[in-house]
Amino acid sequence: MMRRNVDTDAIIPSREMKRVSREGLGEGLFANWRYADLATREEAPDFVLNRNRYREAKILISGDNFGCGSSREHAVWALADWGIGAIIAPSFGEIFQANCAQNGIVAVVLPEEQVDAIGAEAERRELRLTVDLGACEVQRVGDRALPFSMKPREREMILKGLDPIALTLSEHAAAIEAFEKSDRTARPWA
Amino acid sequence: MSATPRTLFEKLWAAHEVARTDDGQSLIAIDRIFLHERTGTLALQALEKAGRTIRHPRRAFCVMDHIVDTKPGRPGLTRMPGGAEFITATREAAREAGIRLFDIDDPSQGIVHVISPELGIALPGLTLVCPDSHTCTVGGLGALAWGIGTTQAEHALATGTLRVEKPLSMRVNFVGRPDPAVTAKDLILAVIAKHSATGGLGCAVEFAGEAIDALGVEGRMTLCNMAIEFGAWTGMVAPNEDVFDYVNEREFSPRGALWDQALAAWRELTTDEGAEFDRELELDCEGMAPQVSWGTSPEHSTGIDALVPEPDGDAGRREAMRRALDYMDLAPGQKMDELAIGAAFIGSCTNARLSDLRAAAKLLDGRRVAEGVKAICVPGSMAVRAAAEAEGLHRVFENAGFEWHESGCSMCFYAGGDGFGGMRTVSSTNRNFENRQGPGARTHLASPATVAASAVAGRLTDPRKLS
Ligand code: SF4
Repeated sequence: MMRRNVDTDAIIPSREMKRVSREGLGEGLFANWRYADLATREEAPDFVLNRNRYREAKILISGDNFGCGSSREHAVWALADWGIGAIIAPSFGEIFQANCAQNGIVAVVLPEEQVDAIGAEAERRELRLTVDLGACEVQRVGDRALPFSMKPREREMILKGLDPIALTLSEHAAAIEAFEKSDRTARPWA
Repeated sequence: MSATPRTLFEKLWAAHEVARTDDGQSLIAIDRIFLHERTGTLALQALEKAGRTIRHPRRAFCVMDHIVDTKPGRPGLTRMPGGAEFITATREAAREAGIRLFDIDDPSQGIVHVISPELGIALPGLTLVCPDSHTCTVGGLGALAWGIGTTQAEHALATGTLRVEKPLSMRVNFVGRPDPAVTAKDLILAVIAKHSATGGLGCAVEFAGEAIDALGVEGRMTLCNMAIEFGAWTGMVAPNEDVFDYVNEREFSPRGALWDQALAAWRELTTDEGAEFDRELELDCEGMAPQVSWGTSPEHSTGIDALVPEPDGDAGRREAMRRALDYMDLAPGQKMDELAIGAAFIGSCTNARLSDLRAAAKLLDGRRVAEGVKAICVPGSMAVRAAAEAEGLHRVFENAGFEWHESGCSMCFYAGGDGFGGMRTVSSTNRNFENRQGPGARTHLASPATVAASAVAGRLTDPRKLS
């Protein structure tokens, strides 16, 4: 999906957030682009996820600023529900990127030329990529691997499915207590 | 020896840093958490399901704003398909959690970023988060406020903190004195047009300069509201005495001795002379015209006196511009101020405060909306609505042919309202994304004055031509 500024309204339109739930949002993924008719769900044949070779895609390749706009975590839940496990782009909307980490989706930042190159290749033919989180590499058969960087903690959270609240409370409970105590004196008005 | 000069952001950050985590993030203390029915309820439910409680229930608030009906005489639920479940679930979750809920019939109800300053929940020097991207709005008071996701909201509720990677610091300097018709909205659109929708990526952005000093409190919030559209982590303006006056004697503001202490602390909230930023950008405001967007990203903005641009720049940008022109049904070289509109909308957390309504009403007074133009005004809060009515502004809007609504997000994003499907709409909101205001809606972002002038003329219009 080689477009810039793909916003979270496009990823999951507000009207597709029909229930107070994180589940079942895949149906509404990219609804305005994916369906020629929203009501009957008739598909738009040109849309990339409707092409046969990408119906089972797990990696999404996109242009700059993917996931900009609304903070709705539903965008990430919809992508995950549809089957996307990793997104490769030159940059991401920051709230979206943080939401990815919370939900086990790998947001891979690569230089624009590299993203453009693999994006163009994926347009031309069926492209098989592996995002190796252990090695922090995007790998292609017969081609050199493209390294990316990711915070160790973020990586660990995705690999092990850690619960950040439990982590914070176990690692920093004393620091939080101490901060709150001194803060009550420093900023009693707050 | 004097201390190292610090930026406003540096001061706010340092005052809230609880600890550094082992991977270079910081644990930041969160002073206020605001939730709304669209994204916050899930956080409350998840917390309860996990058997966790809110660490500081009195610092957490919830409001119904996103999908509530705004038609006069609205129901206690919503007409939006599937929306009723969000409303009932929110009522239940807020009650269970024991937090203050501003429900549909509450006189303090309104759009979250409008009511948090009105109620004194957002204050200078505080950290405030909300699972909503426009939380940066209250950076206009000198608060450190940013949008988060639902899962992060759970973390903030349960621990009173968030793990955050420290953003870079940026200052955007506004140089020169803008024309009096140029508003905060025009300034921020111009910044995004010049420096792109990713210009502020990874940064806490301070807006500064003569033009910013001169902005009123509400204008500062309009400016910071669109920091997210600039890609920024958040935006802020150093607070001045007007800001302190604004927050004084609000429902949740400190009083008495606490007020005096707060005031003393707030007066330190400036960037010290000589403090260094990671990045600095500039915008020359001299001779700038009121701005209006032509495309489907806020970076697609230009002067109202300009032409629809020819796609330019690198291949990716040209492609995005072509796509936007196509969606907007425009051709390069068309005059912006000759584009006929079908609808005009004044509302949203960007531009629906009292000063915005006054600016629009000034142009609408004694005039009529052009034949065939659907015009709607949705005040940012019920308090704004009441204040406007006390001044008789509702009559001005109604006599001009505007619908006068109750408060909520409404047609800013096609969930609470009917949407502007297929119409060319001039809108005081913040996002001109494809389909944002309804399927096929073509949104032109502008200031409330430009929206009002355009509604009267039936085409995009420079407000200076009417006043
Ligand atoms: S008014 Fe629009 S931008 Fe603001 S909070 Fe509501 S939906 Fe979001």
